[in-house]
Amino acid sequence: MRVALFVTCVNDALYPGTGRAVVRLLERLGVEVDFPEAQTCCGQPQFNTGYRAETLPLARRTAAAFAGYDYVVTPSGSCAAMIHDNYPKLGLPEAESLPGRVYELTEFLVDVLGVTDVGAYYPHTVTYHPSCHGLRMLGLGDRPLRLLRAVKGLDLVELPGAEECCGFGGTFAVKNPAVSAAMAADKVRNALATGAEVLCGADNSCLMHLGGTLRRQDAPLRTVHLAEILASTEHSTEKEPLV
Amino acid sequence: MSGTYLGMPAFPKAAAVSTQNAQLRANLTHATHTIRDKRAKAVAELADWAELRQAGKEIKDRTLRRLDHYLLQAEAAVTAAGGTVHWAQAAAEANRIVADLVKAKGEREVVKVKSMATQEIGLNEALAAEGITAYETDLAELIVQLGDDLPSHILVPAIHRNRGEIRDIFREAMSRWGRPAPEGLTDSPAELAEAARLHLREKFLRAKVAVSGANFLVAETGSLVVVESEGNGRMCLTLPETLISVVGIEKVVPTWRDLEVFLQLLPRSSTAERMNPYTSIWTGTTRGDGPSDFHLVLLDNGRTDTLADEVGRQALRCIRCSACLNVCPVYERAGGHAYGSPYPGPIGAILTPQLRGLTSEVDASLPYASTLCGACYEVCPVAIDIPEVLVHLREQVAEHGTGHRAERAAIKAATWLLDHPAAYRTALRAAARTRRLQPRRLPLPGPAKAWSDTRDLPTMPEQSFRDWWKTRGQENTP
Ligand code: SF4
Repeated sequence: MRVALFVTCVNDALYPGTGRAVVRLLERLGVEVDFPEAQTCCGQPQFNTGYRAETLPLARRTAAAFAGYDYVVTPSGSCAAMIHDNYPKLGLPEAESLPGRVYELTEFLVDVLGVTDVGAYYPHTVTYHPSCHGLRMLGLGDRPLRLLRAVKGLDLVELPGAEECCGFGGTFAVKNPAVSAAMAADKVRNALATGAEVLCGADNSCLMHLGGTLRRQDAPLRTVHLAEILASTEHSTEKEPLV
Repeated sequence: MSGTYLGMPAFPKAAAVSTQNAQLRANLTHATHTIRDKRAKAVAELADWAELRQAGKEIKDRTLRRLDHYLLQAEAAVTAAGGTVHWAQAAAEANRIVADLVKAKGEREVVKVKSMATQEIGLNEALAAEGITAYETDLAELIVQLGDDLPSHILVPAIHRNRGEIRDIFREAMSRWGRPAPEGLTDSPAELAEAARLHLREKFLRAKVAVSGANFLVAETGSLVVVESEGNGRMCLTLPETLISVVGIEKVVPTWRDLEVFLQLLPRSSTAERMNPYTSIWTGTTRGDGPSDFHLVLLDNGRTDTLADEVGRQALRCIRCSACLNVCPVYERAGGHAYGSPYPGPIGAILTPQLRGLTSEVDASLPYASTLCGACYEVCPVAIDIPEVLVHLREQVAEHGTGHRAERAAIKAATWLLDHPAAYRTALRAAARTRRLQPRRLPLPGPAKAWSDTRDLPTMPEQSFRDWWKTRGQENTP
């Protein structure tokens, strides 16, 4: 089984800790993972903003980078959904086989590896925000919650209005800043009301938006990607600490 | 569409104002959450909802593929049943037809059944310009009309108003339109409904002409269908001597068997009822029963152009249930008026720009009035993939719209960088080196400011993932 990590451009540039966590987690579970360096961005920002022609070179690049891998694992429901739902609309023969091989991290863990208890340890109160593309486009269901429930020491508290969008929406966040901020404010208020220490999600772009809102408010709540929680163990080292 | 919407600012500007209105936000949050929860329960009762939804989608698609055939069939059937069919290519033409019909009867007033098509063409304003008063009889439309306001929701046009505001509108305005509000009117729902009943009754009894839309037009028999909750529509459809129905050409369904599917999909999706309280169906005219003169105005007004668009045409499946509005987080916060059209919310964002074109500022901004969260698609009873159409329309705006030059240049530059990994790696390293100099807020106007007005910018890490991977590879090599 040849497994590649599709780290995504956002994680590559801004949240490398999430990518490192995926590698650590998968290796702990006995999966050897590759990082094909030809990968950059799936083209979702271009596609969703209406620039189809600009999407094409990136879709071609992504398809070529992951040719020959049985599984392409990504810690982003949104980028996985882009490949699943939108690549087929681009009409690229070279990208035809990719959607079927792309797995969002929790899908890969639960469906392919068949694990929900990944042997993680995380002694914190956590609430989970399911990002829209994972929830509605990929239909991840309760996979992330099942993984979180199996984490030792973790106290999972339910997020009110969890299924409502956080207001990020890619370029929406800057094209419609007032509505975007109003949605973030409501999401953050709901998250703070849970009393959790950590707001967990499986898409760092949404967490960037929510985390930025929380930091601006100096709120006592941090955002952490699910992969980083699942990678944490009792033996987490100084270099790869408990997040 | 309605002249009163012209000159609306672009969606982001309108929404920047409306999101600050705490009363509006509270009214909308309360109303939309109540109805969305009820809808979810009503839909969950049916084990075959997914199949019904699929059937609804397929019936509409099949009909739209042969729309010309079914429209001619409907015209023949309506004519055979004693009705008169008029064809209107654009709003002004439809308004002209209705005004002429009313004047030919020597009338100066009409009662109206709640209708989206007549909102779309601005019929009330057009009639007023000809000296004809149109009285809205749907309770929510009445509130909007008395308040000299604009509708903000498809099903509940006054959803932005609470009971206290409605009482004030009734007290202040009813006397100008007819029977005044009762003395000492309170904001109790029963009292408000009674005040509306008394106010409207004299209009029902007096009116000689009614104007309606229709939810469906059954081609095989030429039958029109209006579903409603209050019964006020039924009064208009049965009491006056003349009935004029303005109906979009996409409202046609081939047979009664097809209609059955929609009579299950619509009430559960819109009012969360198993069946709506009043379903009125009429076919031409019937001697001694109801209006003796019936006119059907078939309205195009941009629909044929929409039908020509392979991706966009799915918007014509819409049965105006409002479910997409009620789940939309953007609609909930921005309110209906920000959409600058009687069709607000997700369906408005894809329908209005197709019917009116992308030339005005507000219409070109509508395809961006969504996070593409997909909640609308999930609830839509005819499975309109609204996010797909939004992206499709964004492509048209980006291609032809003005003001997208800078964006296109930025996107092109980013794409070039992302398509050249060596340059990309260099850019990431440069960003990492200057990380300590990067602020959390940006004062300069533009996208970065739009972000950092309410959100801190993320801190650049010391090392990108790809650089970490490289060093790790070296460490691991023996
Ligand atoms: S788009 Fe779908 S959900 Fe929205 S009003 Fe139309 S039928 Fe209802």
